[in-house]
Amino acid sequence: MRVITEEDKCCGSGLCVIAAPELFDQRDSDGVVVVLDETPGADRHDAVRKAVAACPAAAIRLARQ
Amino acid sequence: MTTPHRILIIGASLGGLSTAEALRREGYDGTVTLVGAEPHLPYDRPPLSKQVLAGTWDPDRAQLPAAAQLDGLDIELLMKQEAVGLRPAERVVQLRDGERLRYDTLVIATGLRPRWLPGSRQLDGVHVVRTLDDALALRQTLRQGPRLVVVGGGFIGMEVAATARSLGVEVTVVDPHAHPLAGRLGGVVGDAVLGLHRDHGVRFRLGQRVSGLAADGNRSVVGVLLADGSVIDADAVVLGLGSIPTTQWLKGSGVPVGDGVLCDQYCAAAPGIYAVGDIANWLDVHSGRRRRVEHRTNASEQAVAVARNILADHDKQTAYTPTPYLWSDQFDCRIQCYGWADEGQEVHVVEGDPAGRKFIALHRDHGRVMAVVGMNSARGMRSHLGALGSTADPVGPSRAQVVNPASTRGQTAD
Ligand SMILES: Cc1cc2nc3c(=O)[nH]c(=O)nc-3n(C[C@H](O)[C@H](O)[C@H](O)COP(=O)(O)OP(=O)(O)OC[C@H]3O[C@@H](n4cnc5c(N)ncnc54)[C@H](O)[C@@H]3O)c2cc1C
Ligand code: SF4
Repeated sequence: MRVITEEDKCCGSGLCVIAAPELFDQRDSDGVVVVLDETPGADRHDAVRKAVAACPAAAIRLARQ
Repeated sequence: MTTPHRILIIGASLGGLSTAEALRREGYDGTVTLVGAEPHLPYDRPPLSKQVLAGTWDPDRAQLPAAAQLDGLDIELLMKQEAVGLRPAERVVQLRDGERLRYDTLVIATGLRPRWLPGSRQLDGVHVVRTLDDALALRQTLRQGPRLVVVGGGFIGMEVAATARSLGVEVTVVDPHAHPLAGRLGGVVGDAVLGLHRDHGVRFRLGQRVSGLAADGNRSVVGVLLADGSVIDADAVVLGLGSIPTTQWLKGSGVPVGDGVLCDQYCAAAPGIYAVGDIANWLDVHSGRRRRVEHRTNASEQAVAVARNILADHDKQTAYTPTPYLWSDQFDCRIQCYGWADEGQEVHVVEGDPAGRKFIALHRDHGRVMAVVGMNSARGMRSHLGALGSTADPVGPSRAQVVNPASTRGQTAD
C-alpha cells in the first residue's frame, strides 16, 4: 500500500499527525503534510486509514502500489 | 438492537456519503441507499469559494474520493432525487417523483440552503455559493470583470471576496458589524482579516445594513441599497447571509426540528432516525448545550459516530463529543480554529502578532481554554491543542497578552 498526499488540497490541520504521528508530519513553513513513510507495513494500515478519515481536506489517498 | 436491513440516507454530500462509507468500513453488509437532489456525484464544498471559483481547479478535483468507489462499496446512489416527505410510522420517505422508499434506519443529511434577500432570487447577477453549479455560475460572472458587492462578511463572503479580488475584480464588502467574521472568532481575527483584505484593495462598508437591491428594467441587479440611504453600484452581488437548515421536507413527520434536526447525544432524532452534518443539532454532553456545526470536519466525524451508533446495541451507543476544527483560506492567509470559539470569550495571544497576521491565540471562557485560533501558524497550532479544556495558563501570564477589551482580567503587559 502506498500513501499519496496532494499538497494543494492539504489545509494544514495536523489531524493526520495526531491520528498517525509515526507516518505524517507537517512542513515548518506552512503546515502542509509531509509523509514520513510512503509504503507503511501492514501493521500500520489501520493508522493510515484513520488519518485518511481524519483529513478534513481529502488530501490523503491510498493506492495499491 | 437488531441490525437494520436497509439504511436510507437522504442528502448525498459529505455527511451522507461519509456515513455510507463508515457503515461499510464498520462491516455493515445490508442495503445502503443514498438519495441526493443534485445532478453531480458527491463533491466537497470548501473548494467552491476557493480553487473552483478561482478556476485553478477543474470541478472534478472537488469530487469526494468515495464518490469514485460507490460500486466497490456497494452503495446505491440516486441522483437528482429530492425527498419531499417522511412518514416514520410506515418507515417511508416520499420522493418528488412519487416514488416511496422504505427504510429500517434513516439518516438525515440534507445540510443547509443559503439565505436570500426578499425578491433577490428573480434578479440576474445575484449569486449565492452553496453548490458546484452556484460556484461555476459565479465564476462565469467574475470573468466579465464586474463591480462586485459581497453582502455579508462571514467565511463564505470573505473567501469569495478574496478569490474575486485575486482575479482582479473590484470588490466591496458590506457587513453590519465593525469587522468581518464577527461573532464566534471575535475581533482579533476579524481586524486582521479586515487589514488583509484592505491591503489587497477590497473596499468595505462596515456597520451598514443592506435594505434591498436595485435592478434595471431587465431585472438585472445594478446596485445594493444601504439602510442609510446610500447605494453601491454593482454589476454582480454575492449574498453571504448565512444558511438555513434544509428541514422543510420533514414538516408534519413528527421529527423534532428547530435550528436543524434536534437530536440526542447519540445524534438520534427519533427511534431509527439520525441526523448528520450541517443540519444536525445535537446535545453535547460535555457542555450540556445543544450544538450545530457548519464545518466540514464535523460532517465527516459525525458521520463515523452516527454509523457506529446505528450498528451498536442500544446500551453501547456513544455520545458524540467532538473537538471541532475549521479553516478558511483568504489570499495568502490561512485561518484555523480548533475547539469551541464563541462570542464573549477572552482572547489571549500566545504566539506571534495579529498585526503581522501570524499568530496563535487561546480563547477562554471563565478561564477555561475553549479554542485555539491561529493565522498562518499551521504547524505551531498542534502544540497548543493540549491546553483545550484546561484552566491552567500554559505559557504563563507574563507572555500572554489579553486582547479582548471586554475582558475583566485587564491587560497583561508583555
Ligand atoms: C462555499 C463553501 C465553502 C466552505 N468552506 C469551508 C471551509 O473552508 N472549511 C470548513 O470547515 N467548511 C467549509 N464549508 C462547510 C462545509 O462544506 C460543510 O460543512 C459541509 O458541506 C456539510 O456537509 P453536509 O453533508 O452536512 O451538508 P451539505 O454539504 O449541505 O449537503 C446536503 C446535501 O443534501 C442535498 N439535499 C437537500 N435537501 C434534499 C432533499 N430533500 N432530498 C435529497 N437531497 C437533498 C443537497 O442537495 C446537498 O447535496 C464550506 C461550505 C461552502 C458552501
Ligand atoms: S489531515 Fe489532511 S489537511 Fe490536515 S495536515 Fe494532514 S493532509 Fe493536510
